[in-house]
Amino acid sequence: MNLLDRLHAARKAGDVSRLGEAIPYARWMNMAPENTTGELLTRMRYHPQLIGNTHLPALHGGTIGALLETAAIFHLLWEMDNAALPRIINITVDYLRSGRPVDTLARAAFTKLGRRVASVAVEAWQEDRSKPVGAAQIHFLVTPVK
Amino acid sequence: MGDESRHKTIFEVVPGDKLELFQKWFSDTIPHNKALGLVVTAVRKGGATMRLDWQPHLVGNPETGVLHGGAITAMLDSCSGMAVATVLTKAQPFATLDLRIDYVHPATPGQPVLAEAECYRLTSNVAFTRAVAHHGDPKDPIAASAGTFMLGTKGKAAVGPHAVRVAAEKGRGA
Repeated sequence: MNLLDRLHAARKAGDVSRLGEAIPYARWMNMAPENTTGELLTRMRYHPQLIGNTHLPALHGGTIGALLETAAIFHLLWEMDNAALPRIINITVDYLRSGRPVDTLARAAFTKLGRRVASVAVEAWQEDRSKPVGAAQIHFLVTPVK
Repeated sequence: MGDESRHKTIFEVVPGDKLELFQKWFSDTIPHNKALGLVVTAVRKGGATMRLDWQPHLVGNPETGVLHGGAITAMLDSCSGMAVATVLTKAQPFATLDLRIDYVHPATPGQPVLAEAECYRLTSNVAFTRAVAHHGDPKDPIAASAGTFMLGTKGKAAVGPHAVRVAAEKGRGA
């Protein structure tokens, strides 16, 4: 089953968590989308392999960037009808706080959804949503279903 | 410490095999870099290169086998950070402030990705970097990045006399 078919099946079942299983990197990084509270969030479950600084300890900045990008992809897959998988053009990540060794959540929102380009804003936080650990602005090439 | 040595970078004064040391500092002792399998392939004052081998668990698009952007992001972040470490004149911790990446071209499935980073400007608070990821020709990049790093953040320095000792201890333990 390809990713878009899997997406249709997940939509039918109303269970976005099935989407995470389809992407090997997301599985390896312990990242999965969830919509248990009615809003689409992506969770990166804490794992010792995510650490970048063993002294603090703190999550590797790259893992926060990767979570922000993955959350945006899940948002695009779930919130719009795609004729093909979205392709990332660029990402700008702001690192706002060091990530502690706990679960990290991310929420994406469209800044603008055009016919070819989607601009997505994403924020990631840990226990306190008002204290984000990172934020990103990302552009994707998209192929909306006409 | 005399006046002259104060202006020298840690990279210049650190004893031992620099490639081996930076492999320890920026891959072996950083759990996520070790998990990715990042290999430090070259290091000089102001610049660093790394290699990331294609691995099935790093795939972002299961239909094509293309690597996920996240793995490239982590690699460019690490490689840029390592370039910063080569120009520091005192042992101090630092952290990424922002990183902008243009994904110019998808990575070819099965092929290793190389990253080349340089720290082109160091001020008292901020270091500025640029980097490219490619398959062997830096003029034909997969991704290009611009980053900034805050110096003197909390924690312990990744590079310097303390880290030399840590690396030596870990080396013995391994």
